[in-house]
Amino acid sequence: MTSPENPRLSREDVAHVADLARLALTDDELDAFTGQLADVLDHAADLDALDLDDVPPMANPFPLVNVLRADEPGNDDVRAEVLAAAPSVEDGRFRVPPVLGEAP
Amino acid sequence: MSARSTAAAVRAGERSALSVVEEHLAAIDAHEDEIHAFNLVLADESLARAEELDRRIADGGDPGPLAGVPVALKDNLCTRGIDTTCGSRILEGWRPPYDATAVERLAEAGAVVIGKTNCDEFAMGSSTENSAFGPTLNPLDTSRVPGGSSGGSAAAVAAGFAPLALGSDTGGSIRQPAALCGTVGVKPTYGRVSRYGLVAFGSSLDQIGPFAATVEDAALLLEAIGGHDPRDSTSIPEASPDLLGVLGQGVEGLRIGIISELMGGPDRAASVEGIADDVRARVEQAAEALATAGATVEHASVPSTIYGLSAYYLIAPAEASSNLARFDGVRFGLRVDGDTAPEMNTATRTAGFGDEVKRRIMLGTYALSAGYYDAYYGRSQKVRTLIQRDFARAYETFDLLLSPTAPTTAFPVGERTDDPMMMYLADVCTIPSNLAGHPSMSVPFGTGDDGLPVGVQVLAPALDEATMFRAAAVLEGATP
Repeated sequence: MTSPENPRLSREDVAHVADLARLALTDDELDAFTGQLADVLDHAADLDALDLDDVPPMANPFPLVNVLRADEPGNDDVRAEVLAAAPSVEDGRFRVPPVLGEAP
Repeated sequence: MSARSTAAAVRAGERSALSVVEEHLAAIDAHEDEIHAFNLVLADESLARAEELDRRIADGGDPGPLAGVPVALKDNLCTRGIDTTCGSRILEGWRPPYDATAVERLAEAGAVVIGKTNCDEFAMGSSTENSAFGPTLNPLDTSRVPGGSSGGSAAAVAAGFAPLALGSDTGGSIRQPAALCGTVGVKPTYGRVSRYGLVAFGSSLDQIGPFAATVEDAALLLEAIGGHDPRDSTSIPEASPDLLGVLGQGVEGLRIGIISELMGGPDRAASVEGIADDVRARVEQAAEALATAGATVEHASVPSTIYGLSAYYLIAPAEASSNLARFDGVRFGLRVDGDTAPEMNTATRTAGFGDEVKRRIMLGTYALSAGYYDAYYGRSQKVRTLIQRDFARAYETFDLLLSPTAPTTAFPVGERTDDPMMMYLADVCTIPSNLAGHPSMSVPFGTGDDGLPVGVQVLAPALDEATMFRAAAVLEGATP
């Protein structure tokens, strides 16, 4: 297994992406994940040898075209069902803690 | 009794749907404790459904081609009002307000949903050891994994809990467990089966497909769930293909290529590593069987497939990191409180996701992050183009391609859980079809040195499931 000092990926890099992805890691987890993720990037180093300058990227197996449907009124009112599955609701809406950290 | 003959007997009134369901519930009762194929067994619901079907038949109705046939559903397929966990704590107790299109089509075909099967969390894994609800074990040898991520569906069919099951396949998650459990498993062409109601992992790769004990039953199930769906914008416009009608056509005159790069071996420099000798020998034997049946079989080269694993483990995590952003404690599933919304999001995701999901989210976030996007995600997307081009070139010469499904037979429980990269290697032969969007399927073909099943993978160009199934039927008939 790759050491946490792998030049491809530092402990700080992993801490940064964990923060971006809204995940909290313990120090032990940070060490373990850094080694494991560096292993994957090491394996992916085989792609470095390829000359890809003139190759277009592919995002999807087939060309995507915009799909439109007829604009017909329907009666798909699932509001009550959707809210019933939520952890916290109030007045017909999803309830969350304050976004900016101030007292409500 | 096969699904097809069961449905025929039920439709003809020779057998009650109730007796079919009772028989399978009894099998589950007897052995589920040893296997853990299911997260949820729908005993009462499936009995009530069977009685309803029997009443319709008694009244002169015809419920359809899957009349009375129990089907097990991977637990990442949405079922209205029924728990859908994706093998994750973060969705524990969530009941979707709608059915997946594939689930609707099963109902329209007269099938009986018998339970929700265990899987690696959010379909991320190759052994079903990453489920938050404990591992599924291989029914053929409970010291081995069933493969994954759809290991519960593969095990349910292999154990006789259900004649049919649905799984999802992003990098091999139907075909690899099918190979390890000795069942047939099919990844259809991307867009063949609607993804509406499949909880998303890698949206440009995900595809729902069947597990069955026989090639014919897999064809029956794919015919029932396939075809265009306006609710999935990537659904292809073609009607579901006629598969049952072509199964007996054989392979006379077909040109079939063995993919050299996926066969391994010391004499093949430009090949993936880790293909076991006993697996390679079975694939060569399968090729001989196809040649005996009248096909022209040669070695084929699809050079960039050796880069598939590396490209996949950047592309799929990148898509997953985006798709799984929706699990934030706001709209469904688990919430762990925090003083602010971001603190609540972080606490929820930290408690709700397991290690493998965290790894992939972080890997994907990294591959998409400023400064690394071009080097990782961008280059991987270009490799995907190379793979599709190489397949197109190979299909100028060949009608079908052949390879192992998995590099080895079922490996021991716990062997790879601490080494993610080693686990990922289990998908090295299956990933290229997902990257290209092509159909492929695993057919059981004899056993390895350990007596456990080997799966042979048949690959076809986009939309040509029919020819793929013809070859699969020949292999099934020639099984050693």
